[in-house]
Amino acid sequence: MLSCHAVRAAPLRRPQPWPIRVAHWVNVPLLIIMAGSGLQILAAYPMLGPQGRPYAGYPFQGVIPPEWARLGDWLAGARQWHFAFGGFLALNGLLYLLYLAFSGEWRRRLFFPRRDARNAASTLAFYLRLRREPPSQELYNGLQRLAYTGALLLGILAVLSGVTLYKPVQLGALTSVLGGYDAARAIHLLTLALLGLFTLGHVLMVLLHPRSLVEMVTGGRKPDAR
Amino acid sequence: MRDRRLIVEPRPRLLTRRTALLGAGSALLASACDSARPHAGFLGAMERVNARLQAALFDETRLAPELPPEETTPPGAFPQYFISDTVPLAPPGWTLKVGGSVARPMRLTLAELQRLPSTQYRIRHHCVEGWSAVASWHGVRLRDLAEYVGADLAAAYVELRSFDSGYWSSWDRPSAFHPQTLLAYGMNGQPLPPEHGAPLRLYSAVKLGYKMVKYLTEVNFLSQPTSGYWEERGYEWYAGV
Repeated sequence: MLSCHAVRAAPLRRPQPWPIRVAHWVNVPLLIIMAGSGLQILAAYPMLGPQGRPYAGYPFQGVIPPEWARLGDWLAGARQWHFAFGGFLALNGLLYLLYLAFSGEWRRRLFFPRRDARNAASTLAFYLRLRREPPSQELYNGLQRLAYTGALLLGILAVLSGVTLYKPVQLGALTSVLGGYDAARAIHLLTLALLGLFTLGHVLMVLLHPRSLVEMVTGGRKPDAR
Repeated sequence: MRDRRLIVEPRPRLLTRRTALLGAGSALLASACDSARPHAGFLGAMERVNARLQAALFDETRLAPELPPEETTPPGAFPQYFISDTVPLAPPGWTLKVGGSVARPMRLTLAELQRLPSTQYRIRHHCVEGWSAVASWHGVRLRDLAEYVGADLAAAYVELRSFDSGYWSSWDRPSAFHPQTLLAYGMNGQPLPPEHGAPLRLYSAVKLGYKMVKYLTEVNFLSQPTSGYWEERGYEWYAGV
């Protein structure tokens, strides 16, 4: 029984199974469309907070996003882009989560503090040249698990704050949980900023480790097929 | 005080560098997703899907929360918006024409409207641009007016017209008959000021600002949907919140 359990616990999988790859690449155009049209929507009223009241914490009050980053030409066009594709982004995220849950992939991809915190700290120390050798790792090290889990949570928060802005009255309970309409708007913008930062770091790491890009395209080899 | 930028005008459509960079595949995408004609192609198809989704999500018993007086937007900070070059003023002898599929078409004076049951609430206003503001509004429920004129319940749409350069919009009946959809003749305890739509405007908890027609002249109960000023220019028709 024990050996049987052990065999089932370690299935031989490619580093990047196809559902993971499909969800990953489908995200690329969708995130570009959502970010671009979202910034065009922001350009119509580039302020945070309610009318007539200051919003101290936001450093870019009144700053219109640069034109190259905007999509949709004007407010009505951008809103139609945003609402036409937002549902597909949420659906892609949902399918990804369902796959993670039912394939068992969540075990090797998600960050669990008790298991991964030490490894994440050691990996960070290695990147900061405070440590000579990288800690041992399986598919991902603790820092990667932390980053990918954080991005996933940010995506969920982006969708939840987005539907709150779309339906502040019909989804009033969710609006209250997020602190009200204006707070939801600030949170929605913050998720965009943090996802943008994540993407920058993500692309930088791919440049440093091109093999990960190959694996994300081909799926890579199974561990026993060497 | 006047803010002309409230709803941004469409910009002339250009073949931008970004469009060119997207290459051949973008030709299909561009025809299906044209920001200058957002009711057409894929964007328009998705608008119709989303309108159905929004209508399914709509609950006529769900109310927007009433807010305490201290949340009221400071005087002067609630944006004013109209199409005309100057504040539209009601023509002498103004009346509200109520027509369409109704048993008793009529023209109502403000005094006659004020004799109908009155409703008051303080709720948040959601502008399509993303800002929000709070004021209290009082007036007669559109549902109460429909009852008063004997509107045919088969009339599934309500069209609202204005003397502000012909501004107009049209609504689905469930949203129009929501208990927080008013023909408002007062704001913050005062008669409605000209900058906010005097003598009579639509106010509602369940739609974006551009659906709330100000400077009303006509309310028509119709069996067919019609469009609206901003809707014709590309803004979403349903626009529920």
